[in-house]
Amino acid sequence: MTPPNAHGRPHIRVELLSNPIYLSGARELVGTVAKRLGFDDLDCSKIALAVDEALCNVIRHGYGRALDRPIWISIWPVEHDGAAEGIRIAIEDEAKQVDPEQMQGRALTDIKPGGLGVHIIREVMDEATYEKREGGVGMRLTLVKKAPRPTEPGVITEAASRAVQSTRPQAR
Amino acid sequence: MGDTEIVSVNTEAHQGAVLVSPQGDVDMSRSPVLRQTLHDVQARKPQRMVVDLANVDYMDSSGLATLVEAMRSAKKADTKMVLCGMNDKVRAIFEIARLHHFFTIVDSVDEAVSA
Repeated sequence: MTPPNAHGRPHIRVELLSNPIYLSGARELVGTVAKRLGFDDLDCSKIALAVDEALCNVIRHGYGRALDRPIWISIWPVEHDGAAEGIRIAIEDEAKQVDPEQMQGRALTDIKPGGLGVHIIREVMDEATYEKREGGVGMRLTLVKKAPRPTEPGVITEAASRAVQSTRPQAR
Repeated sequence: MGDTEIVSVNTEAHQGAVLVSPQGDVDMSRSPVLRQTLHDVQARKPQRMVVDLANVDYMDSSGLATLVEAMRSAKKADTKMVLCGMNDKVRAIFEIARLHHFFTIVDSVDEAVSA
């Protein structure tokens, strides 16, 4: 098991109650951060969708639709040599622990309402790992999505900066 | 402002078809409004029901489930159900869930009433 703090202190950590009316705020937060980390609009929407589905599963199955239980969302940039290469998101709860192996999406061949959340999460994200939280209470879902390209100004590496400088025409 | 005020669902006769036009985000907190409206419309046993998603900015799997349930009811009642007007983000979830072939999906209301 890899606790999320193995990736350092989260850059963002928020707590919300398990009330579906706050789903839109969570989507807005995640989508906006993903945009700043280099994802295009469609990918931002898909990442927000994956988080939305994960939160819905916590509310529906973990907390039995109780409206007042805590959920935590933590966000880190995935970085390589100082450049943003993606986003890592952890969603934690205090629900009853279940075997992570049971967290499988249903087959899509049977068309029926419901049961699509885990499939959507796994389809959208590059990594989706369920695990039991430390202390015997609650689950953690860690999601990773790699960005197609780093675009964030200010995180360009020193080597890349030198490369840009070397391609500029010499002053006459 | 409550969810029922944000997500208005309008039904009106449109060239013989019943037109259902949800608005805003269709997520876990709001899909019950759409579900109830579709249920009420289908109780009238229309020949054709068009769900115009042009004003839906976002949909999650609860919205999808609502539409799957409505589609199954429509098939049983011999109602032609057509979806139209969805943006790329909404269309993406249909494709992720492999449901874009389950529904009849067209671009506009005009196409939907004749599809």
